[in-house]
Amino acid sequence: MKIRIQAEDLSFHYTDEEDNAISPEILKDLSLTLEAGSFVAVLGANGCGKSTFAKHMNGILIPTGGKMLIGEMDTADERYAYDIRQHVGMVFQNPDNQIVATIVEEDVAFGSENLGVPPEEIRQRVDDALKAVDMYAYRMHAPSQLSGGQKQRVAIAGIIAMRPSCIVLDEPTAMLDPKGRQEIMKTIRMLNQEYGITIVLITHYMEEAVQADRVIVMGDGNVLLDDVPEEVFSHVEEMKQAGLDVPQVTELVYELQKSGVQLDSRIITEEACTKALLELFA
Amino acid sequence: MLKDITIGQFFPGDSAVHKMDARFKLCMTLLFIVMLFMGKHLYSLIFGIVFCVLALVLSKIPFRLIWKSIRVLLPILAVTAVLDIFLIDGGDTVFKWHFIEITSDGVKTALLMVIRILVLLAGTSLLTYTTSPIALTDAIERLLNPLKKIHVPVHAFAMMMTIALRFIPTLLEETDKIMTAQKARGASFSEGNLLQRARSLVPILVPLFVSAFRRAEELATAMECRCYRGDVGRTKMRQLKAAGRDYAAMAVTLILFGTALVVKIIF
Repeated sequence: MKIRIQAEDLSFHYTDEEDNAISPEILKDLSLTLEAGSFVAVLGANGCGKSTFAKHMNGILIPTGGKMLIGEMDTADERYAYDIRQHVGMVFQNPDNQIVATIVEEDVAFGSENLGVPPEEIRQRVDDALKAVDMYAYRMHAPSQLSGGQKQRVAIAGIIAMRPSCIVLDEPTAMLDPKGRQEIMKTIRMLNQEYGITIVLITHYMEEAVQADRVIVMGDGNVLLDDVPEEVFSHVEEMKQAGLDVPQVTELVYELQKSGVQLDSRIITEEACTKALLELFA
Repeated sequence: MLKDITIGQFFPGDSAVHKMDARFKLCMTLLFIVMLFMGKHLYSLIFGIVFCVLALVLSKIPFRLIWKSIRVLLPILAVTAVLDIFLIDGGDTVFKWHFIEITSDGVKTALLMVIRILVLLAGTSLLTYTTSPIALTDAIERLLNPLKKIHVPVHAFAMMMTIALRFIPTLLEETDKIMTAQKARGASFSEGNLLQRARSLVPILVPLFVSAFRRAEELATAMECRCYRGDVGRTKMRQLKAAGRDYAAMAVTLILFGTALVVKIIF
């Protein structure tokens, strides 16, 4: 199912039982539309509200102002809570803290079991999901026997088995080694391209953000930049002001431009950069 | 070091005992325990022993493993046996020297007790050796299902057990890490008297608890994200189905149990 995610003037602060604000505004009139089937990367310095925004997308947090719409469903409407969570799956940073069961396939089944899917269909979904993330051979292993990247792929499989239309990944690679990071990125791209699942990837790694169709830079509870990666990363000064880096290639191009070399500032991949540099020297 | 600790260890295999329905295994183990402790006579022990040996042979679990779990308790067993021999009076006097008196009843009780415990350990460890923790939790949940009618939170207990089992290796690994970190700062865990040693555990336990609570919080959010709402409208991928072998094994157990009961009544 194709579902569009829409935030309308979203604002949020934490409240106590009497609805008094106990935190400053974390999100400030944030408006965004995420098209079905897109691959969006969300960047931002620590404390800019990107994780808070992510938790709004599946109704774990309810906005204190404005609206969050998942298709036609409002996250503030409790009747939709479980439909929304089925449509928008979430993967967190620490793979250890999101695996529930002692056997890989049992854990992948957990979400579908909660949804009340018939047993035979759960079996089918679990096998499909494990094959999709290339973990089928490990289905009878204990989570503690797996590497970080493998555990994170099991966590992703658990979400896929719920047949979501969108997956929000909150820094899924932050605790992984380079090899695990590559495995996860490969899985994410495949899910987006072959299954048409909308991907929202929150990350600190610019090299990962470059792979998205759209990059949103957040700062102080709102959107600072929102465009294709080439455009976003060409704003080197603004990125640095937001406390962020740009990909190494972009940094190189930027420094070369500053010292007077004529180069296209929309270069973000190594191949494009090599090509441009070779043309310069030719 | 900590990784050697194995609680409810499970040895995968595909013997007849491994393949049995966990619910039946659990019930049979309970019957077995009752069978062992029912009679006061040596004869009544025979049925428990027969059951245990049968199960052991069918499970194809090497005896070495069973021995490993028994070995740890041997010293305690020896001490209790000695106490039994010297302290229990009754029957004929077998040996007398000053105030020390060994009676036939004492010897009998000690012997019975030792055999009983050995067979008990061998038989019950077989349950965890041949049943995966998840199957066991599942079986407990289903066997206790009728209690839901009187509002016993059976599902919640089963869930807690699953999560506890899941996090044992994670928390052991974490403990190892914290100990290494504290050692790197000069902490020592093997010096001083008992009190000092106990006190040196505080810097391990505090970070461990803090991190366990943080994990619990994150896990709860992740479970909510995966639509967890207790057992409301929940299905299970793994369906427990009793097969012919389960009924056959249960029948044999019941026959043994029945005969043991008859023997108890007669003697």
